[in-house]
Amino acid sequence: MKKTQLAILIGIAVCIGVLLSFMKTTSTYDTIDTARNKPGQFVHVMAKLDKSQPIQYDALNNPNYLRFSAVDSLGARMVVQYNNAKPENLEMSDRLVLKGRYRDSVFLCQEIQTKCPSKYKEEEAKGMKHPGEVPLPNTQP
Amino acid sequence: MYLGEWSWAGQIGHLSAIVSLVAAALASVAYAKSNPFILAPDQAIWKRIGRISFYVQTGAVFLIFFLLLYLIHQHRFEYHYVWKHSSKSLEFKYLLASIWEGQEGSFLLWLLMQGVLGLILIRTAKIWEAPVMSIVSFAQFCLSTMIIGLSIFGWKLGSSPFLLLRDSGVLDGAPALHLDFDTSQPLIPNYLEKISDGNDLNPLLQNYWMVIHPPVLFLGFASTLIPFAFAMAGVFHRRYTDWVKPVQPWALFSTAVLGVGIMMGGMWAYESLTFGGYWAWDPVENASLVPWLIGVAGLHTLLIYRHSGQALMSTIVFFVLTFGFILYSTFLTRSGILGETSVHAFTGSGMNLQLLALIAAFMLPAAIWIGLRYREIPKVNSEENLSAREFWMYIGSLLFFLSAVLIIGQTSLPVFNKIFGTTIAPPEDVEFSYNSVQVYIAILLALLTAVTYYLKYKQTAPALFWKRLLIPLGISVLLSVGFVNFIGIHYTAKGPGFQAALWVSAICSLFSVVANASYIWIGIKGNLAKSGGAIAHVGFALTLLGIVVTSSNKQVISQNNNGFATPLGEGENPRENLTLVQGVPAEMGGYTLTYEKDSTHPKKKLWYYRVRFQSKDGKEEFVLQPNAFVNYKGNKGLMANPDAKHYWDHDVFTYVTSLPDPEAKEDTTSFRRETVQAGDTIYYGKGLITVGDPRQIDSVPEELFGKGGRVVELPVRVNRRTGESVSLTLRSARARNQWLPLADTLQADGMILQLQEQQADGRLIVGIKESDTLLKYVTLKAFHYPYIRFLWFGIWLTAAGLLISTRRRMLQWLQETKS
Repeated sequence: MKKTQLAILIGIAVCIGVLLSFMKTTSTYDTIDTARNKPGQFVHVMAKLDKSQPIQYDALNNPNYLRFSAVDSLGARMVVQYNNAKPENLEMSDRLVLKGRYRDSVFLCQEIQTKCPSKYKEEEAKGMKHPGEVPLPNTQP
Repeated sequence: MYLGEWSWAGQIGHLSAIVSLVAAALASVAYAKSNPFILAPDQAIWKRIGRISFYVQTGAVFLIFFLLLYLIHQHRFEYHYVWKHSSKSLEFKYLLASIWEGQEGSFLLWLLMQGVLGLILIRTAKIWEAPVMSIVSFAQFCLSTMIIGLSIFGWKLGSSPFLLLRDSGVLDGAPALHLDFDTSQPLIPNYLEKISDGNDLNPLLQNYWMVIHPPVLFLGFASTLIPFAFAMAGVFHRRYTDWVKPVQPWALFSTAVLGVGIMMGGMWAYESLTFGGYWAWDPVENASLVPWLIGVAGLHTLLIYRHSGQALMSTIVFFVLTFGFILYSTFLTRSGILGETSVHAFTGSGMNLQLLALIAAFMLPAAIWIGLRYREIPKVNSEENLSAREFWMYIGSLLFFLSAVLIIGQTSLPVFNKIFGTTIAPPEDVEFSYNSVQVYIAILLALLTAVTYYLKYKQTAPALFWKRLLIPLGISVLLSVGFVNFIGIHYTAKGPGFQAALWVSAICSLFSVVANASYIWIGIKGNLAKSGGAIAHVGFALTLLGIVVTSSNKQVISQNNNGFATPLGEGENPRENLTLVQGVPAEMGGYTLTYEKDSTHPKKKLWYYRVRFQSKDGKEEFVLQPNAFVNYKGNKGLMANPDAKHYWDHDVFTYVTSLPDPEAKEDTTSFRRETVQAGDTIYYGKGLITVGDPRQIDSVPEELFGKGGRVVELPVRVNRRTGESVSLTLRSARARNQWLPLADTLQADGMILQLQEQQADGRLIVGIKESDTLLKYVTLKAFHYPYIRFLWFGIWLTAAGLLISTRRRMLQWLQETKS
């Protein structure tokens, strides 16, 4: 066998090996209920900010402590704790991707991705305002 | 029927788009019919038609571009694109940048860049003009469909930048713009008068990088088409070897421009966005890096072929895949498929099918032609020599390709989910999932780039190899000793194994920098024109070194230590935010920080927060002004931009993460009254206050204070729970039978203290008001980035080396084809 062919074969083997071990480290998308059933395991939870509950954040006392309630599309709720600054657009987001672990009845979040209603969605096209966007052209009569 | 609309502009725009589409198709067909490799009488005529069509097509694209720019400049909000991406308050450079904020405009930019490259090809490609331009024109045709905006049997083809606002659906829900305030009725004729301003360019994008990064990146995208076109033209016309000379400058140019384009994205992220660094292995970043990596592999196999006759097939495959992955990245970033996995904003534009068709339109024919001609493509079947330069270059190219495959494999997880209906999420530490693999590839690449120049093509005498490498090796050992002692790698979060890999990669990169720099004298005798490759290698190695050292030694200096933090739990984030109260110095990571004051931008709702940094060793003192848009144009919230102090060997970098809510400013708490005497203690939210002996000043002018007028002073000591204490003196004046207290504010504790009155029995009434809203504070994150300049310099050097070689190869080609 030629040496370059050998190198290519090794390359393919490495590739398969790395991607397989990568698949082992991946996590899962969960609902609040399924996350609760996997305490201590790293998961991605898709949820919304539960606006019926107050957001606890006081940058003066502790800028690295945020606590709020999240609700998912199935209606389940959980308390989320995030040891970081409050994301800028938490209140106006329509969806949150919460990455972390459920432990002792609190979801310890490591990262929050806030998803604002997309500019390009149908709702906007129908004239509904995106709270994070500049309002529609002045519509005062 | 509607007043004040510039409908003519849209008509010209639509017409130009159709002209662009038709002319591109015509150019592609005409060029294809003009086969320069056979003698045919009509060859020159077809070529002429092809050329003219291409000129027309490029002209139409220019017209669309400048028409759109003019409409944006004139704030013609009857056009949806103009309304959506610009506003009246934008400076000209941002009006220009508005063009490429949206999907349609960025395709337009791509078309424009590809058109310019086509014009250069017409002048320089000589015999290859017709076959290559046929493919370039086909690409122009495909991209033109993206901005045509036609509905064919209910199937939407492309999206036009000249769509009217009233046709876009945006106004459908606004009763005030409809007759009788009824949205089922048509719009009122003068609806345009009611549209006072546009939606604006996203304020986060209002940054000079937004003006410069997209054009360079799209020039890079466009340039990857040219090596693809040469390779396919060669395969199609069975001219398997002739195309390698003219393609060389293009492959070099493409690598340089795409590389700079990607780096500018990184610089933007680092300097102006709050992503916390220059590279986060975000899918959007990866998608543009992958074609670059494959392009570099193709560039090297091309050289191997020119010197040894080997690796032609690999070169063709690499050039095809470079362009293929540009198209794939377009699909990834524009189809919305990445969804949750990226921080970048996405435009799910409903054109997924068309984007997939774009990939297929190029990759399917390429695969078929290469498959059909596979046996004809020349291959050399000799045993490789381990002392030959080409062998190790080939290994290096394979490593680049391996790196690309691994990155795109991991990035494509959402695509995998879509195809197989799975719901696999990215791993816990996304960055480490890339770093832990790529660091080993970096080590091998650093070593290969270091030694390969010292090998000769075909065969190398070991004695010569070692003799020439002796000096660079010696210098590297000396520098490594310096590196180990003075800089080092301090990243321990992922264990000793990974730290060791970082050490090795840093040392190998250092060796590569030295070896390549030395080669300019040892191998090329300082001839600058021929040093492009070596310079690019120095730059590349410096980049690797910069990446490893900067990323592993980055420090968060805003670690919270204000005394209120609870202990860290396992797997929790480090507490990276620090709150600074105005005027109160706080210590962190070797610096004392003071939030001094804030100021506002004269035109925009942009606030600058002045923070003074003083290093404890007294060597550094500077002011940083991170800024943020606060409630910009009715958007509740904060959009922050960082500020950095640049030193030659490190940067200090900070941005605002939280501010007091400006709407909660209203202070509704009232004073709590405490009756005290000397020695008493008052409790408050954050500690206690001890009361000292009051002092009375009676010598006040009677004509002002009236009878019995006096001033009472009360020293108090505020003891915080954290252990510090502050002494204050409260004062109150008795004047004309009234108590006039002087409020004293303790900013840091959110407290106002007042000596309200002295009772007849001598006891004092102290008013206490505690409220967080009194305070001006800013919460920020700050980082210390060492040696970041080496990284930027390395990339510039790589690009400079590549461009030197581009020039040399292009001049060579033009010289050879002069006759």
